[in-house]
Amino acid sequence: MDKNELINDATKGMTPIVKTVVRFAMGIIVIFGAYIVLYGHLTPGGGFAGGVILACGYIILTLAFGKTLALGKMSNTGASILDNSGALLFITIGLLGYVGGVFFLNFLPKGVRFDLVSAGTIPLANIAIGLKVTASVFAVFVALSIFGRVMYQERIGDDQTEE
Amino acid sequence: MEIFLLLLLAFMIIGSLVAIETRNLLSSVISVGVVGFSLSIAFLMLGAPDIAITQVVVEILILVILIRATITTDNTAIEGGRDTFPFVSSLIFFGLFLIFAWFAIQELPRFGEPSMRISRRYLETGAARTGATNIVTSVLLDFRGYDTIGEATVLFTSIVGAFVILRRRGRKQKSEEDREKFGIIEEEEIKKTFEGF
Repeated sequence: MDKNELINDATKGMTPIVKTVVRFAMGIIVIFGAYIVLYGHLTPGGGFAGGVILACGYIILTLAFGKTLALGKMSNTGASILDNSGALLFITIGLLGYVGGVFFLNFLPKGVRFDLVSAGTIPLANIAIGLKVTASVFAVFVALSIFGRVMYQERIGDDQTEE
Repeated sequence: MEIFLLLLLAFMIIGSLVAIETRNLLSSVISVGVVGFSLSIAFLMLGAPDIAITQVVVEILILVILIRATITTDNTAIEGGRDTFPFVSSLIFFGLFLIFAWFAIQELPRFGEPSMRISRRYLETGAARTGATNIVTSVLLDFRGYDTIGEATVLFTSIVGAFVILRRRGRKQKSEEDREKFGIIEEEEIKKTFEGF
């Protein structure tokens, strides 16, 4: 189905008021989440908090527009792959510390304080954790709400409310 | 300052009591949210903006997921009273916990005066040794990176478990051999067996 058709489909998701507000808020949420992840070594925040904010953006998309659009942007298989690659990236950063002889050694140059590119491997580890948390929290939401709702509908034999 | 913190703690205790005692599942979930948001304000007052941000965000997420999950199930009101044995045994264990906690609290450093044996070194040399100006991140991802790997492993395992348990159907088809070995009976066979009754 076409993308605009999915967005303007009145039978899926919530009212047009909610959809319009979510359309405006979505970009701000994603920028704020990315800011929290990328500036984790300079200001309060970090990979976990920023990842949960990004996942909340996907969840608000699911709630407002229905599961077809949100799962088209990130399917549960894609979320699993992103989750695994985030974990692998984090472990790789830890193992690369053996370049200097110790697990989790901060082997990159430290740079100037308060610069965006500074503090060695810490921003890279933040990005890895942010990817992992975004994917896994969205996967938990999909597993708990959409899978559970489908099972519930099968149990009560009601298939007219498709998200 | 400290009085305000104590008021906040009392508010949180009231919220958790309401969450346990109320009969409606939706208002119980909202009371849990009250406890979480008060906790984030308490973290902010204690000077921990990192944890306050995480607490607010996770609380919003948990509220959304819990409301979504409670609305789909049909038991919005819990019927029936409370059994005597679990109530009495939990009272006894709570009393035991209070006695041991009293002895343990005597040994703790006073509120606001940490002993700072290891953390003083982190605070003094953290910025110079890691280059990160956020001291919490430098402890989490540099000094204690090994702990963070453990945390990531816990998250990963829980996601895998959720996907395996909540998936609609298993990936592997049930073969004839499995049915004989584990005694798996299909729904149609059960219906066929009970048709005559």
